[in-house]
Amino acid sequence: MGRYIVRRMIQFIPVFFGATFLIFALVFAIPGDPIRALAGEKHLPQTVIDTLNERYHLDQPLWKQYGIYISNVFHGDFGIDFRGRPVADLMKQRLPVTIRLAGLAFLFEVVIGIGAGILAGVRKGKFIDYLVLISTLIVIAIPVFVSAFLAQIIFGVKLGWFPVSGVRDGWMSYVLPALVLGAVSLAYIARLQRASLDENLRADYVRTATSKGLSRRRVVGIHALRNSLIPVVTFLAIDLGALMGGAIITETIFNLPGIGRAVFEGVQRQEGTVVVGIATFMIIVYMIANLLADILYGVLDPRIRYD
Amino acid sequence: MSDDPLYRDSSIEGSSPDAATVEGAVEKGDRSQFAMGTAVPSEMVVDIEKMAERNARTASLWTDAYRQLRRKPIFIISAVLIIIMIVMAAFPILFTRIDPRACNLSDSLLAPSSEHWFGTDLQGCDYYSRTIHGARVSITIGLVVTLFATSIALVGGSTAGYYGGRVDTVIARLTDIMFVIPFILGGIVILSLFPTRGVAQVSLVLIILGWATMLRLVRSSVMSVKSSDYVDAARAMGGSNFRIITKHVLPNSLAPVIVYATITVGAVISAEAALSFLGVGLQLPAISWGLMIATAQHRILTSPHLLLFPGLFLSVTVFSFILMGDALRDALDPKLR
Repeated sequence: MGRYIVRRMIQFIPVFFGATFLIFALVFAIPGDPIRALAGEKHLPQTVIDTLNERYHLDQPLWKQYGIYISNVFHGDFGIDFRGRPVADLMKQRLPVTIRLAGLAFLFEVVIGIGAGILAGVRKGKFIDYLVLISTLIVIAIPVFVSAFLAQIIFGVKLGWFPVSGVRDGWMSYVLPALVLGAVSLAYIARLQRASLDENLRADYVRTATSKGLSRRRVVGIHALRNSLIPVVTFLAIDLGALMGGAIITETIFNLPGIGRAVFEGVQRQEGTVVVGIATFMIIVYMIANLLADILYGVLDPRIRYD
Repeated sequence: MSDDPLYRDSSIEGSSPDAATVEGAVEKGDRSQFAMGTAVPSEMVVDIEKMAERNARTASLWTDAYRQLRRKPIFIISAVLIIIMIVMAAFPILFTRIDPRACNLSDSLLAPSSEHWFGTDLQGCDYYSRTIHGARVSITIGLVVTLFATSIALVGGSTAGYYGGRVDTVIARLTDIMFVIPFILGGIVILSLFPTRGVAQVSLVLIILGWATMLRLVRSSVMSVKSSDYVDAARAMGGSNFRIITKHVLPNSLAPVIVYATITVGAVISAEAALSFLGVGLQLPAISWGLMIATAQHRILTSPHLLLFPGLFLSVTVFSFILMGDALRDALDPKLR
């Protein structure tokens, strides 16, 4: 197990550098001169342009810029944006919003997703089963940005239960965006939990447990449920990383000042350091989530051996 | 070639599971045969034997799957919806004769009525016509991206999975690199490189971002097929690597790929709409559901029909491809039978 984790981490090193370099190269290949874009209509003297170029290492070849950048990142320095503010500060300020949003979405996925999946799995073929199956299919089919508007219209405006956008109302303002962000994964989790529980309920060991006289409650709750959670927990771990990417759309629509909206604004403003900084962060989170999923799979299911 | 004992052996081995499924189908099956059988029992045996013989030659995974699919309402519903959408994309004129670009500003933002079924947009264009014409870019991008991404995945995945070793390591790491870049993030970064973005540019970017997951699937599928006896048999007969991959390995590892590709069409259509919505996908004056929703977003309260209709068409299209993928998975996965 330990050897497996170390090997996976070593495999991640080239992937990390490859992915971050790709983003870095793409961002700094975006057409247009960011310094001129910053100046706008004003005419900048050549000396100012030169100074700015030097400060942001824009006069160096690309691979050198990347080398300087990535070694700074390892020292906690994500560079500064064009207003002279450290990107690390921006991320520190924006990150709590995204963590709250993703955390709440994750909570919804766990509670509602797994709950609905168990209900459907236990009552297979009954009304509740079909209700879960059909409603999850519909949720999966509706694109996130459409469901975001539907949620805003229905729960925000017509019913007035939750604020439509912004973060002024504390936790309440995170409920709608978190539901929208987690909706598709929630639906997948419900379906996965249902299929997994159904498969386990038909397994030999469940028949053994029933035949030795255990109550249905104990058979389902302890024996079948625990085993059926294995694929679900793995999916949840991977999803932890995917929530970061999904936050870009949700935060933009619901006007939440998190890192997702920051990176989108960064792309629009051609603020390379912001985009690369947040992208690097997102890639790290995504990679850790994937590694976590692999490890969890081995810990939870002793039948899987890695060496 | 068929005189070779090895070949004959493998063909017999290959046919046995088919015969088993034919028996299964008969057991479950067709009532008319049972009716006939009860009338003349001895003939029934002959009949089934004959049928099994005939089917053993023809029934492959695909004909079996097709036979099963024909009876599935989910498959029929999704197939009909997909055909309607494809016809809509190819011949919008069959659904509406109104020009989506002939707009009358004095008709701005009308609610749905008998004259304008879906109402009109800000410029006074007929929204029904625009929604119908919006199918074209969605379906085109969905199919083109899936086709190219699947082709890349089939070539790369079978090479990596079949040869293994250093080739595999390089391809697998390249896949990992693309895999760890969040889809929407990669989409907005790469697409903002293009000053003008049409169907070609958006498709290209979605292909770049989409092949990695598919390649992983092909690779693992090929790896599990590679160690089969019939692959060894083909190699023992001196089949070239190219022949073994194209004639034996790929056809047998195709089932999960087709299921995933079907679902991918829906996912790509959804992604295109999301990127167009964010303003980094298609640009006006293109007619796209994502763009229509983007322009509707500031009027969702006063003119909800502007959001409703393109949203509905988009969702139904994505829905039918996911449903089709589900039906195909049930039919193609022998474990579920």
